[in-house]
Amino acid sequence: MFGMQGKTLKTLLALFAFTMTFSAMATVKEAPEGEGKKDTKTEIKEYIDHHLQDSHDFNLFSYTGDDGEKHHVGFPLPVIIWDDGLHTFMSSEFHHGEEVVESNGNYYTLYHSKIYRTDASGTLNYDPEHPDHPTNARPLDFSITKSVVMMIVTGILLILLFRGLAKSYRKNEGIASGVGRFFEPIVIYIRDDIAIANIGEEKYKKYMPFLLTVFFFIWFLNMFGLTPLGVNVTGNIAVTTALAILVFLLTNFTGTKDYWKHIFDPLGDGMPWIGKIFIYIILVPIEILGMFIKPFALLIRLYANMTAGHVVLMSLIGLIFIFKSWIGGPLSFGLSFAISLIEVLVALLQAYIFTMLAALYFGFASESHDHAEEHEGEVSHL
Amino acid sequence: MEIPTIIGAGLAVIGAGIGIGMIGGKAMEAIARQPEAYGKIQTAMLIAAALIEGIGFAAIFAG
Repeated sequence: MFGMQGKTLKTLLALFAFTMTFSAMATVKEAPEGEGKKDTKTEIKEYIDHHLQDSHDFNLFSYTGDDGEKHHVGFPLPVIIWDDGLHTFMSSEFHHGEEVVESNGNYYTLYHSKIYRTDASGTLNYDPEHPDHPTNARPLDFSITKSVVMMIVTGILLILLFRGLAKSYRKNEGIASGVGRFFEPIVIYIRDDIAIANIGEEKYKKYMPFLLTVFFFIWFLNMFGLTPLGVNVTGNIAVTTALAILVFLLTNFTGTKDYWKHIFDPLGDGMPWIGKIFIYIILVPIEILGMFIKPFALLIRLYANMTAGHVVLMSLIGLIFIFKSWIGGPLSFGLSFAISLIEVLVALLQAYIFTMLAALYFGFASESHDHAEEHEGEVSHL
Repeated sequence: MEIPTIIGAGLAVIGAGIGIGMIGGKAMEAIARQPEAYGKIQTAMLIAAALIEGIGFAAIFAG
């Protein structure tokens, strides 16, 4: 799609093969998870649910040692909560949900990756109708969770990579060097085939920073989701909602007169007002709804695609524990390998679709039909 | 109450699958007829497929 050179392609393939071996290792490490007191199927389901959630510590893997104790390998992350005052402590104090933390006179405990306020002994009151939902008060949680860490890492990675690309242009008289040779065609593809094609030659420039950032941000996070780090950032509905809200705000705050006219007066001057009223009673609410549905579809698509991909992969890995015979291993490996390859494609495709549709909406917002010159001055509020 | 949900999700996926399959097939025909319009057809195909997929996912989540 991007006219990659053969060498880059080979390096990429080698990189994926490398990542796959890591996944396989992670699979082996998960093995003791399947053997417990509970039913294997429920255990796998719980494991998948746990993986899809954000967590307060960066757990790389856990295993049950020879002494029968459960060991977790990873590192703790800071917990920042607001509950009539600021409480900060490291998530290691929770001991993976096994202990109650005391902070400035309040007690907190961890249940299914969520923080609840409890008494000193850590009692959780459950709703009789929903046995999985404690009714304890939940403080406002601003913690640096696993997803936040990954987003910060991606942000730093983007800054380093593209600062380097920009610098190499200055140094080499306009020729990219190093990793920039891989990213340059992608950047140019986004400019020519996404931004200019959808927004137009005149106005694409002010949207370019957002489009490029959002594309690489989503792509990198999707790819991180395939590594054995076990992160699921773009499959978190809060993250995709934030991205969609940005698209919504940009679309509406850069909207031209023609964009708003298309929403509130789509038929224009070609019809007497008395006729318009009856049509507009239905048409205008639909157009206003459309304003919100467009970014909503954007957020649901990315979230659902990434979550579905993770669930399928984890379920295939779980096949090992369901079969409990020699056939489970090769079958699970073969299927999850194939799905992983598809997921690599989906990771790129979803980033592309998100950027593409965002550019399309920006194109709607910045279009001006016949009298473009007249309104040129009052267009941009960015 | 479990079974109707599963059937609904399955029906939604069948519908989305038929839709995306038709788009892919028609795009193939279009590319065969006009290979020079490959890029434009592919873009339009991906957008339409993404929109249908979105509806499919929305149906699954509603179900």
